[in-house]
Amino acid sequence: MAKTYNLTTPLSSEDTRQLESGDTVYLSGVLFTARDAAHKKLVDLIEAGEPLPFDLEGSVIYFVGPTPPKPGDPIGSAGPTTSYRMDSYSPTMLKNGSKGMIGKGKRNQEVKDACAQYDSIYFGATGGAGALLGKLIKSAEIVAYPELGPEAVRRLEVENFPVTVINDTKGNDLYQMGREQYEVK
Amino acid sequence: MREIAFDTVVKTVRDMIIYSGTDLPQDTYDALAQAMEKEKSPVSKEVIRQLLENADIAKDEKRPLCQDTGLAVFFVRVGEEVRIDGGLLRDAINKGTEEGYQDAYLRASTCEPFSRANLKDTVGYNLPAIIHFDLVAGDKIDIEYAAKGGGSENVSRAKVFPPAAGKAGIVQYAKEVISDAGGNPCPPITVGIGIGGTFEKAVISSKHALFRDIGSRNADPEMDELEQEILLEINKLGIGAMGMGGTETALAVHIESNPCHIASLPVSVNVQCHSSRHTHITI
Repeated sequence: MAKTYNLTTPLSSEDTRQLESGDTVYLSGVLFTARDAAHKKLVDLIEAGEPLPFDLEGSVIYFVGPTPPKPGDPIGSAGPTTSYRMDSYSPTMLKNGSKGMIGKGKRNQEVKDACAQYDSIYFGATGGAGALLGKLIKSAEIVAYPELGPEAVRRLEVENFPVTVINDTKGNDLYQMGREQYEVK
Repeated sequence: MREIAFDTVVKTVRDMIIYSGTDLPQDTYDALAQAMEKEKSPVSKEVIRQLLENADIAKDEKRPLCQDTGLAVFFVRVGEEVRIDGGLLRDAINKGTEEGYQDAYLRASTCEPFSRANLKDTVGYNLPAIIHFDLVAGDKIDIEYAAKGGGSENVSRAKVFPPAAGKAGIVQYAKEVISDAGGNPCPPITVGIGIGGTFEKAVISSKHALFRDIGSRNADPEMDELEQEILLEINKLGIGAMGMGGTETALAVHIESNPCHIASLPVSVNVQCHSSRHTHITI
């Protein structure tokens, strides 16, 4: 039976191990944004043994490229982008301390295995709910790669940001489980 | 010959883009509300509830419905008895697109294919627009517009079948494309299917099929029946809203069919996400 949790970042292994695919989590605290281009830069730094622009330990990475903010707003619309494009980078991020990712759509086996190995969670946010999710972001500041425009790394402060556990630390996958339950053969 | 001012076209296109960025069309909204009623999975039901709430917030506060505000796609039917005064029609549509995306704080998502450099500072803000022109009788210009996001475009496919594949082959192909796509195109989706013509005609027809209002019926009874059959088959896949499992994977299947070569049966499946932002104006 799916449960509901309220968690604050940074996340610990204790936080992530209790979660199961299908659970709802309201996240508060800090999220860092990164899409394809930023992931490549971050992973290059890790592989070169150089310092990162933010602390990965316990971090939650949000795969998003927001619309430009209107004057007076911290950010524009900000829903998740499709996650598989980050599949080749995510295991390195998780190995180096990141405890969560927020995106949409299925991940490959290497990412699911990395979630189990490093006590990390792949969360799904509702794709296309950019106005709703953007409103829950209280502040946004660029911490790296401003030249990437919408793809720059931003530090977001969020309150009760709704996500669903897709891949948990036990190797479960909500996309497979949900589909098997409702498929008519 | 009727004359339409260049600036009239610019303003019309600009307004269509601004409106579509924040106001989900009524047909899409109603279809989502019906899907929420029918959905059997509580998780997917909650996703659709969030989508309706998102649409309400976007409309009331004039925030973009989605951060992927798409590439701007137009189908333009130009009457042969009309001319644009003060410039070219293509330039007017591009100018209106640029102004709309910029003025409404919509994202410029157009980039160079390999360097991935955003073209906003070189070619123009979210330019060039994708424009399909057609010439028709009369003295009006008919403009259909949709914002086309990347996630749903990435799962779309086309194939030229041998004629023997028939309707059964098309049903099977559509099911296969949507099954492989899973949650990536942001279901509940609309599925546009182009049948016949040449390879590119099928693809363009599948795109245009997505511009039709959800809930409207195909005027051709044979195609109407095929649409209903494919919809039923897709919804048996169990993908559900955002792929989380459920009964409402597609809101509608729309088919556009064309005569084709005796040797071939081209088929294209183009997918639109739940945020089917489309609008239509005649000047």
